[in-house]
Amino acid sequence: MAGNEREPVLVLRGLRAGIGGVEILRGVDLTVHLGEVHAIMGPNGSGKSTLVNVLAGKPDYEVYAGEVYYRGRDLLSMPPDERAREGVFLAFQYPVELPGVRLREFLRAALDAVREHRGQEKLAVRDFNRLVQEKLREMGMDAEFLKRNVNEGFSGGEKKRHEIMQLLLLDPTLALLDETDSGLDIDALKVVAQGINRFRGPDKAVVLVTHYQRILNYVQPDYVHVLIDGRIVASGGRELAQELEAKGYEWLRQAAEAGRRD
Amino acid sequence: MTQAPPVYETYARRFRELEAGRSEPDWLRELRREALGRFLDLGFPTARRGNEPWKYTDVGPVARTVFGPPPARPPLPLERLRRTLPWRPTWRRAVFVGGRYRPELSHLPAAGEEVTVLPLSRVLSQGDDLLERHLARYATYQDDAFAALNTAFFSDGALVVVPDGAEPERPLHLVFVSPESEGPYVHYPRVLVVLGRQSRLRLVESYLGLGDGPYLTSAVREFYLGEGAALEHYHLLLEGEAAYHVGQARFYQERDTSLRSVFFGRGCAIGRNDVRVDLDGPGSEAYLHGLYVTTGRQHLDNYINIDHIKPHCTSRLFYRGVLDGQSHAIFGGTVYVRPGAQKTDAEQEDKNLLLSREAEVDSKPALEIYADDVKCGHGAAAGAVAEEALFYMLSRGIGPVLAQTLLIKGFASSVLDEVRLPALRTQLDRLLVDSLPRLRTEE
Repeated sequence: MAGNEREPVLVLRGLRAGIGGVEILRGVDLTVHLGEVHAIMGPNGSGKSTLVNVLAGKPDYEVYAGEVYYRGRDLLSMPPDERAREGVFLAFQYPVELPGVRLREFLRAALDAVREHRGQEKLAVRDFNRLVQEKLREMGMDAEFLKRNVNEGFSGGEKKRHEIMQLLLLDPTLALLDETDSGLDIDALKVVAQGINRFRGPDKAVVLVTHYQRILNYVQPDYVHVLIDGRIVASGGRELAQELEAKGYEWLRQAAEAGRRD
Repeated sequence: MTQAPPVYETYARRFRELEAGRSEPDWLRELRREALGRFLDLGFPTARRGNEPWKYTDVGPVARTVFGPPPARPPLPLERLRRTLPWRPTWRRAVFVGGRYRPELSHLPAAGEEVTVLPLSRVLSQGDDLLERHLARYATYQDDAFAALNTAFFSDGALVVVPDGAEPERPLHLVFVSPESEGPYVHYPRVLVVLGRQSRLRLVESYLGLGDGPYLTSAVREFYLGEGAALEHYHLLLEGEAAYHVGQARFYQERDTSLRSVFFGRGCAIGRNDVRVDLDGPGSEAYLHGLYVTTGRQHLDNYINIDHIKPHCTSRLFYRGVLDGQSHAIFGGTVYVRPGAQKTDAEQEDKNLLLSREAEVDSKPALEIYADDVKCGHGAAAGAVAEEALFYMLSRGIGPVLAQTLLIKGFASSVLDEVRLPALRTQLDRLLVDSLPRLRTEE
């Protein structure tokens, strides 16, 4: 089964990007096909978060060079809300509090926008309630959350579960998960991993950014890439993650620097 | 006097004409003469130095304009009134257009509904005990030119009386419409609300401008809360773009009374929301929430004073502003704690959301405390829409206009959640969005 027979959902070619004129990504190439889960690993400050935030269109970031195609379309020319409606979803590392905005209202607005874009009917209130409550339940969240302000007063674990709940509700094509596993105890990690596994499928793709190998015990990646100093310095299968767990990142950094000197 | 004399001569002449045509009891005639005298002595508060209450608002344009009488029979777009205001068929309503009572638009409470509403124009000539006892007692005009002006000139408005122990079931809506007109005019809404002991009332006051031309609304409202009374009060300020509005509300609270007031105000050419609360009996509480929304070149000055005269009273003054364009909003005033007002519990806070760089807010909450056993706090803040929050919403597919709408509604919700009339709450959510042109493109 060759992966490239499937549709490439995401293609990055020589992506250089950063913030305030400081280059953080220094030429990233990556191809993700439908059905695949790619884990991007790397030490702190290697550019992992920058990568997924640039793909989601966060305004602080600047793109200096390179191309990004999402389902054959130029992703970088799309405003962030259009990317989301087209099926790109970013689970935030630090989900943002929205003071005074009730979760129900927020989810309704998001789902309406996404469904309208897909040419689907607006859900009746009853159907919306049923759907949202089902997704909340899947992530072990109480329906009481719907009355609360978005992310306000949520614990760290609740915020992360809420991100994955939105992923399941909005049902995008490409999920970008920014350290969704960090700060979770083992029970919460399992719930989050279950949610991601529920999402994955032949017409979905996942780019999972993580600092730790631990989540990969629960979400089995098809590919593992190592990002160091803004470049992918190694790619491989699941076994690469285990090697990193045993040996750390330093050997790859040194190899990469040696490679650049040649 | 250094003010432009011709304008003041016009006011004096107009007063003589009105007086000649009025048949009012002596006490009222005297009161009006005294008020006119004070107005002419004080003049409009135009001084730009040493004039602390008007530090951020220049009423020069008001002082320079010669205002005529309001149009006699202006056209009334009834549909627009119904659409803009919380116009509920079950509520009781008194409507005034250009300062005149309009029975055909009103729906006064019937006998037996535990509240009496009388147009002042029907009461002034024969006199009224309550009127004599309360009128101009709380809205004192000795040092206040606008209160003096209104007292001298008002000819209509509402006298609302709730007897001891009464709890009228239906909310009462007082509507003051500023109609369209060829030239500038002035009208003087006046309200006196007397709540008997242990009575309750839910009252909505709306000021709605229909035209684009300049006019002056000089409104004075007095609220007397008898021992143990509770007033739920809503105030909507929706004047026209070129309007001058000076609204003054005076709440006088006897012991164990409760005031809950929510203000919603749009800006206009010059807007002034002047509120004073006298907590003159122990065990009373005053909760004042306000939301102001200014755009374009609008100007709105909130000037709010709460006076803790007696001990064991609680006050909360929570205002929020949403500012766009080159508009200018002010939150000023003071919470006073008099000597002996021990166990006072007072907080005030004003927060502002600035949607444009050219918008300006002067937020100056202040406390003056002359008692030592009190709990008081104040704070002010101003900032732009949080970029992080906006991006979070965009990243879920929500368009930028709707995202901003949700964030602004969220910001406003801490004020609007205080509204306990569901129909009014719905209406205010709509008015908030309608007041901000940048949010109108997406529906």
